[in-house]
Amino acid sequence: MARMKFLCDAERCIECNACVTACKNENEVPWGINRRRVVTINDGKPGERSISVACMHCSDAPCMAVCPVDCFYQTDDGVVLHSKDLCIGCGYCFYACPFGAPQFPQASNFGSRGKMDKCTFCAGGPEDDNSAAEFQKYGRNRLAEGKLPLCAEMCATKALLAGDGDKVADTYRERVVSRGFGSGAWGWGRAYPGQSGGR
Amino acid sequence: MGHSTCSHTKLTLNFLQSSSWIAGFFLFLITFLVSFTTNIEASSVRPPANAITNALPEKSTSQAKQKTPGGFVPGKTLGNRSQTDLWRVMRRNIKGTVSIPDKKAGVLIQSAGDSWMKFRNNDLYKYSSWTILGMIGTLLLYYLLRGTIRIERGMSNVTIQRFSKFERTGHWLNAGAFIILAITGLNMLYGRYLLKPLLGDELFATIAGTGKYLHDFVAFAFVIGIVWIFIAWVRDNLFSKDDIGWIAKAGGLLSKGSHPPSRKFNFGEKIVFWITILGGVAISITGLALLLPFQIQLLPGELGIHNMQFAQTWHTIIGIIMIVVVLAHIYLGTIGMEGSFQNMKTGQADRNWALEQHSLWLEEVEKSEEKQGTTDARQPAE
Ligand code: HEM
Ligand code: SF4
Ligand code: SF4
Repeated sequence: MARMKFLCDAERCIECNACVTACKNENEVPWGINRRRVVTINDGKPGERSISVACMHCSDAPCMAVCPVDCFYQTDDGVVLHSKDLCIGCGYCFYACPFGAPQFPQASNFGSRGKMDKCTFCAGGPEDDNSAAEFQKYGRNRLAEGKLPLCAEMCATKALLAGDGDKVADTYRERVVSRGFGSGAWGWGRAYPGQSGGR
Repeated sequence: MGHSTCSHTKLTLNFLQSSSWIAGFFLFLITFLVSFTTNIEASSVRPPANAITNALPEKSTSQAKQKTPGGFVPGKTLGNRSQTDLWRVMRRNIKGTVSIPDKKAGVLIQSAGDSWMKFRNNDLYKYSSWTILGMIGTLLLYYLLRGTIRIERGMSNVTIQRFSKFERTGHWLNAGAFIILAITGLNMLYGRYLLKPLLGDELFATIAGTGKYLHDFVAFAFVIGIVWIFIAWVRDNLFSKDDIGWIAKAGGLLSKGSHPPSRKFNFGEKIVFWITILGGVAISITGLALLLPFQIQLLPGELGIHNMQFAQTWHTIIGIIMIVVVLAHIYLGTIGMEGSFQNMKTGQADRNWALEQHSLWLEEVEKSEEKQGTTDARQPAE
């Protein structure tokens, strides 16, 4: 079984934010939430780099460990998903996540949180694949349709890679070899400890 | 004057017009020469060898103290600093820019979340369990050894006013809210392991969700209760000289027939009071910070996620301390001591109970009652 991973090649990302827009549109993400965002380091200075970031679908996910109602599950593909029916909106997953992936719609003007929302690797949730209920809560289930996450599929510079970790690693390794020493990938070592290349 | 200015402008314009082709030629020549010379050098899209292509991001104040790693890369091919260093620094909460409205999202990696999670899931879980079980065990052992502390003289069936309606309302408001907060709070920490296996996913999530809303809203009743009992009892809970004798005899808790004198509240009760008040204020502030995310600043520096982690951790620690203290308080207020529960229920204390537990207070009350009795008699009925 493939182990799904995201990888953003910081040498290629041009901060066009197309992945952010595509994700919002494809999954009809709730107002005020960006499942994916582009962060620019050293903006306007030497060494500027941009990185597109969303849930990294961690191997040993902190969000999963901390959730008081234990509503996360990891699919056979290594995708970290959760049930919005069980979530109580406590916010703990957001405190634990290294990448700031979990987000909350404001449920009342009192500041209380609604059900947590995060990137699903375009893999929906616990409901039946591509059912109306699944789409309404989690967005499109592209994996069930045999497609990869839209953000990566439509990335113009192919900076954002998504898919089978082995293939992603191979693609990236080829790039590193042709580019030479000095090109580092963002987030890989953090989200997939002990898995420097493919598996 | 106006005329001359006008003709001057005209002249200038004329000059430009007549010689524009000369200027154009020179401009073209310069541009051509400049671009030609630079083109020779920059025929590659690669940056020149001395260009800084790869710098470490500026550190925020909290990170400034940390030493930046070295790691210069020889060869000058792709920048002069290893990218590994860039990403290593990145993990120290460095904040970049984002174009989405939530600027806090500029933090790429916050490694503290993992430590926070481990502290809550492991240490907090473990030590909280031991503390609570330890207190329950101690009370159980105490009950077996000492039993209920009886009124040695027996009930006198003469009662005196101990708590006014104002005092009792404040106490029960605070106590009721506390019990609901403690149960729903403990469910957040332990429910996943204790209740979920018994009840199943759905039922447990419903209970936990309801509990969370209860916790969020009952919190306000608790805050009011804290203010209320503070106003009602702060004067009676100031420490005084009588407390020394009480401490010396360990409150008479350890031996029968020992009744150190005390005023309205003894030293033990004062401790419970101050832990409730101070803990209550701290738990209200940290709780409010959790309730209104990123709106209450508890730590210096930028109001970021570490503030939330800090609030959560201390909220739980203080909660556990308060729960343990209140367990002992509930014990002595119920099965631990004869007569104590009815005091807070009815406001009336048995005279013999008061004589044994709060002799100084009894004297005060009876003295002032005598006085009041005479003043009352003189006053006309309204
Ligand atoms: C002003 C009062 C309080 C406020 C505003 C407050 C608020 C909160 C909030 C927002 C949470 C996060 C989960 C949730 O939303 O339910 C929480 C958790 C919790 N609270 Fe409170 N709370 C208050 C008082 C108390 C008291 C008096 C206790 C203990 C007796 C308590 C014990 C706990 C515990 C144990 C947790 C769970 C911590 C964990 O899961 O690690 N709280 N509280
Ligand atoms: S990136 Fe965050 S939300 Fe995603 S699996 Fe890891 S800890 Fe969970
Ligand atoms: S917000 Fe929801 S998903 Fe996140 S830890 Fe709380 S209950 Fe779990």
